[in-house]
Amino acid sequence: MKKFEKITSIAAPLDRANVDTDAIIPKQFLKSIHRSGFGPNLFDEWRYLDHGEPGMDNSKRPLNMDFVLNQEQYQSAKILLARENFGCGSSREHAPWALLDHGFEIIIAPSFADIFYNNCFKNGILPIALSDSEVDALFNYSGEITVDLENQSVSTSEGSYQFDVDSERKRRLLNGLDDIGLTLQHADKIKAFERDHFNAHPWL
Amino acid sequence: MGLTLYDKLMESHTVLVDDGTSLIYIDRQLIHEVTSPQAFEGLKMANREPWRLSASLAVPDHNVPTTDRSGGVDSIVDPISKIQVETLDKNCDEFGINEIKMNDIRQGVVHVVGPEQGATLPGMTVVCGDSHTSTHGALGTLSFGIGTSEVEHVLATGCLWQKKSKNLKIEINGELNPFVTAKDIVLYVIGQIGTAGGTGFAIEFAGSTIENLSIEGRMTICNMAIEAGARVGIVAVDDKTIDYVKSKPMAPKGDDLMKAIDYWKTLHSDDDAKFDKVVSIAASDIKPQVTWGTSPEMVVSIDGNIPDPKTVSDKVKATSYSNALKYINLEANTPINSVKVDKIFIGSCTNSRIEDMRAAASVLKGKKIAPNIKLALAVPGSGLVKQQAESEGLDKVFTDAGFEWREPGCSMCLAMNADKLEPGERCASTSNRNFEGRQGQGSFTHLVSPSVAAATAIAGHFSNP
Repeated sequence: MKKFEKITSIAAPLDRANVDTDAIIPKQFLKSIHRSGFGPNLFDEWRYLDHGEPGMDNSKRPLNMDFVLNQEQYQSAKILLARENFGCGSSREHAPWALLDHGFEIIIAPSFADIFYNNCFKNGILPIALSDSEVDALFNYSGEITVDLENQSVSTSEGSYQFDVDSERKRRLLNGLDDIGLTLQHADKIKAFERDHFNAHPWL
Repeated sequence: MGLTLYDKLMESHTVLVDDGTSLIYIDRQLIHEVTSPQAFEGLKMANREPWRLSASLAVPDHNVPTTDRSGGVDSIVDPISKIQVETLDKNCDEFGINEIKMNDIRQGVVHVVGPEQGATLPGMTVVCGDSHTSTHGALGTLSFGIGTSEVEHVLATGCLWQKKSKNLKIEINGELNPFVTAKDIVLYVIGQIGTAGGTGFAIEFAGSTIENLSIEGRMTICNMAIEAGARVGIVAVDDKTIDYVKSKPMAPKGDDLMKAIDYWKTLHSDDDAKFDKVVSIAASDIKPQVTWGTSPEMVVSIDGNIPDPKTVSDKVKATSYSNALKYINLEANTPINSVKVDKIFIGSCTNSRIEDMRAAASVLKGKKIAPNIKLALAVPGSGLVKQQAESEGLDKVFTDAGFEWREPGCSMCLAMNADKLEPGERCASTSNRNFEGRQGQGSFTHLVSPSVAAATAIAGHFSNP
């Protein structure tokens, strides 16, 4: 995983609450057996006027120009600004894969659904929960935003907001550490636990 | 101070704790074809082997056709669906993972198959790359959905890093009204606490109403804990649980069973356990439920009206309501039982077990579906549920009424296979999600119980059984 660095970008504002993972990446795209290539189908049903299927040439599809991601100024946005309970619904990890493949490395919202929140960290996306009023302020702000994970801050020319992040997750993101390799450093402890666990519960 | 059942299961599976996050040991990993290919790809790329092969049980379910599939994997018309099922077969063969293949009589929706096979036993930690893994908590397990990276992590290490959730007890007491089922209970609960009401919590469902439910009913309730935002739904073990699991193929036998039963009997929250939050609900307040919008919390009683966003004071909620009504093409203040439907779906990991089939069949017996119903599907949750239903003659009841009686799978719950709605079609569905486009782009889903789905099929509009 690549190391997470300080990011300065404008934010694409998606002004909807309870955006679910079905909306982030519709189920027909879950049929891929690979991890990449989901970006052009991010928010597919909102982004295009026709019905998307895997294998289509997305560059030839009619765009819904009312949808925020299709607006010129947000094409290079690395930050997605959203409303409460972002990422609810299905556990599909294709949702963070699609967001990342599109170029979003940070999502700022008042709250996130649990599974989605976890999946973000595992894929090098930083989900940031700010208060409702702070998120409102960002929705009303159109300039560049700087996100500094090291100092846990979101800054604009108008102000700066602190956010919380679990220290271990922060360390892993900053260092680009692979979860499985880190866990396997504890292989002896897992083996010892396993032995006792099966002795106590021989039917397992 | 006493412990909750969730606390006990977390504690008894904790290998180590690092900075407030626990590494917990996973007893059972269920695998299906949609969220596993990239996990196997990751293992191969890193040259890693599965930690413990016997932990895993795989079954294809999301993409399988529910029509004739005697031709095996070649019966799958959609080439991409076919690749996913083939990839699962190939990965399981290559790594030596126990898989129930598509044409095995035991195949079905992973959350129906696990308990049915005894792959899920009380006290276990159970994970699967599917958010409805909360279902298995009905057997007193700690079960939750995980993402594909975590599927790979569990495959490679046998463990998972978890932050402890808070404890929420939802206590439901009293006698249920006629035709009110587990599905109505859980839809009502979600309507009360909202789709984020359980976020950050493990929900224990308790109270006399839950105790009086069958194990299958408890599964329906735990299944939808995730629709209230909680990854974990759980019910204490009682005699019903033990009776249910002890005869299952993978359940322990002989002495081991005796030892297991002694342990299983300890799987309940202590009397003095502290919950971070308690919600109490009177069973008598619950009527059959129908969702009207695009989120499971947008739900009314069958005799109720669709709410008016103008009367909702919370601005964000009012906008959600307006968006939902616009999408689902219904007017505020309409009585829900006047809304006509086009299709009926009885199935999914929420409601496709034998009791669900019996409940629907008892309403349908001797009746016909209404002329405006274009298609009514009954999709049993597994080959074994199908076989049992057929031995009771239920398939005849469904087909005589005008239903199609299909092969097991996830089917129209999420429309990854050929079973989907056309744009503008409205469906009474026993599944778990009514999100925009869930059952087909531009289609409208209304979540109901099997009894209400059957009554709606006969009436042509939402109807009480």
